[in-house]
Amino acid sequence: MSDLPLIQADRAVPPPAATTSTGGRGRRLRLLSRTDRVVITLMVLVPLLLVVGLVWLPAVATVLLSGTDWDGIGPVGEIDWVGLQNYDNVVNNYPPFGPAVQNNLLWLAALFVVATPFGMFLAVLLDKEIRGSRFYQTALYLPVVLSLALIGFVWQLIYSRDQGLLNAVLGTQTDWYGDSNVNIWAVLFAAGWRHVGYIMLLYLAGLKGVDPSLREAAAVDGSSETSTFFRVVFPVMRPINIIVLVVTVIESLRAFDLVWVINKGRNGLELLSALVTSNVVGEASRIGFGSALATIMLVVSLVFITLYLFTVMREDRR
Amino acid sequence: MSRPRSQAEYLARLVPPSVAGLNRRSLLAGAAGTGALLGTGLLAGCGDSDSGSGSDSKTVSVGSNQSDPKPKDVIAKVMAGFQTASGIQPAVNTVDHNTFQENINNYLQGKPDDVFMWFAGYRMRFFAAKGLAGDVSDVWGKLSGYSDAFKKASTGDDGKQYFVPASYYPWAVFYRKSVWQQRGYQVPKTLDELNTLGAQMKKDGLAPIAFADKDGWPAMGTFDILNLRINGYQFHVDLMAGKEAWTSDKVKKVFDTWAGLLPLHQPDALGRTWQEAAQSLQQKKSGMYLLGLFVAQQFSNDEQNDLDFFTFPEIDPAIGAKALDAPIDGYMMARKPKSEANAKKLLEYVGSKDAANIVVKNDPSTLVANTGADTSGYTALQKKAAELVGSATEIAQFLDRDTRPDFASTVIIPALQQFIKNPKDIGGLLTSIENQKKSIFTD
Repeated sequence: MSDLPLIQADRAVPPPAATTSTGGRGRRLRLLSRTDRVVITLMVLVPLLLVVGLVWLPAVATVLLSGTDWDGIGPVGEIDWVGLQNYDNVVNNYPPFGPAVQNNLLWLAALFVVATPFGMFLAVLLDKEIRGSRFYQTALYLPVVLSLALIGFVWQLIYSRDQGLLNAVLGTQTDWYGDSNVNIWAVLFAAGWRHVGYIMLLYLAGLKGVDPSLREAAAVDGSSETSTFFRVVFPVMRPINIIVLVVTVIESLRAFDLVWVINKGRNGLELLSALVTSNVVGEASRIGFGSALATIMLVVSLVFITLYLFTVMREDRR
Repeated sequence: MSRPRSQAEYLARLVPPSVAGLNRRSLLAGAAGTGALLGTGLLAGCGDSDSGSGSDSKTVSVGSNQSDPKPKDVIAKVMAGFQTASGIQPAVNTVDHNTFQENINNYLQGKPDDVFMWFAGYRMRFFAAKGLAGDVSDVWGKLSGYSDAFKKASTGDDGKQYFVPASYYPWAVFYRKSVWQQRGYQVPKTLDELNTLGAQMKKDGLAPIAFADKDGWPAMGTFDILNLRINGYQFHVDLMAGKEAWTSDKVKKVFDTWAGLLPLHQPDALGRTWQEAAQSLQQKKSGMYLLGLFVAQQFSNDEQNDLDFFTFPEIDPAIGAKALDAPIDGYMMARKPKSEANAKKLLEYVGSKDAANIVVKNDPSTLVANTGADTSGYTALQKKAAELVGSATEIAQFLDRDTRPDFASTVIIPALQQFIKNPKDIGGLLTSIENQKKSIFTD
């Protein structure tokens, strides 16, 4: 806050004549007018209340509830405290938990290693202004625009064992959704299909913003296209790279919709988010147990958030 | 989800969301996760006071989950009938079917309508035991036309009635008459006959029993009927209430029998929806299909007459084959209605023959619970279904209506899918179910 007056000085400092007129002991320079202060207070207070009310309170409540066996019925005062019992149950007495953690990690790895680089690659290709690039752009971005229900439906048509396109074309009888050795890959493919389009558009926007003179300079110096990209363009695009990285991590942590549409995240498609939902939402209100799962997810997310903030802040300090 | 156009579609809508799938709204609620949890959860604890019992008021409010046009229209006609008969003005608050179900906890703890629609079974007994529903035993004193099975299904743990049945649909083994005539198949009366028939069907190039469990709930029907045939209705109720051990030999026998039948079931069930399984029956690729009456949805109008069913055959002669799953929908009363007298008058009316007649006349797509109703408008399939349920000694409500919803959806569904995937390790599976059961049935 201390440097605020400096920033505002040229505009907000009232003429000295005005301050002297207030006279007396309050000789401090009044750098901000009353309106300014009200505006600043509101600008701080409103988001603060929103963040506390919508983010921190629910988060803290989730952590607190994870130590109870509340079923959503009865007043808050009657909630029984059960300590770490829910966590014990999650880890030792809940078969879907192990697969869920594995699948979440697999999801992250698949997006990070395959889908994101592929989306970036497509963006670089489209940036070359090849013929019909508008068409490819639209086609690749389409999955991101489609509603989830529709995506679930589209892939059901393709993956259905008895009536699906894939088995009809390949002449196989693979149970794409039902065989728990296969379905996670089938779903990852569908999820990647969406993710690639998203990353492509983000990256394309970034590429359009790169100063063409950089490329020219590199070309004049005799750099090949590949080395121009990796040594000049890629480093210049650092902000976009970070956004893409963060988007990838976020997408893989909150992966939920596709598996939920397919089979509620069961039988090989377990994900932490789906387990939280099936325990907390609706009639099956195992709120304490579901909160324990949510807390575990929160802790996992915090690891990534901390890493991200740590990197960004260190860079800024330099 | 599309709007129902046929009987079966309507019936399918009666399937609870814990089995039938959540709607978009609840999906979003799920994504909102902890926010939704706090918002709905904590608020629920507050809305606790409900006073004012205007005994001379001339209104009664009804919470309806019949949100689709056709059933909604039928409810409106029934309510109009009530108004004419009693002079009391009913106010119907219709809420989307799935949303109603999702919010039932908060709804009942807040300010519920005087009368609300709900399901029979543990789900009804659960709320009755928690003190969230009103005792309607004296209404039952004035009702007629209900078999003992319906009364049993309306009774809470304390022996009082908390529910008035309106409609239902039975589960049975469905088949195409034309296929059976052509091949000369006979309805099996025992498990051995079923096995022989299945083997013959396999030889004839059919999948003997159509099967699907992608959505997790249809396999519950198979488990239920085997358990009812092997261990009887009372064991079913006790097992679902958490009173019996899942590790007992009785439950093990159910799974062993099922494992013996699995080779007759359509393979790869975990990737198939019930609609796809029903279509294999419709396309004459499967010989039979154990499902609710709503299976007819997958048959065109001129194929409806070709559809027939039989109740699952006897396994233990001492138990017989008279019990079945037939989920019942109906009405309950709030614990503190604004006008108890009016609420009870309404319940008496909706349980009456007159109300049932209005339903039959206006909605050819449902079976009414009152046997006194004029059911001459029923199709052959409906008539036979009504006879089947009428002759049942006990009516179970389907696994997820007969037990805690959290146990059914978070433990049983994954467990049954695990069993279908690997029918060999029954012992380990049952131990896991029992351990999880102990962590859920704590009070």
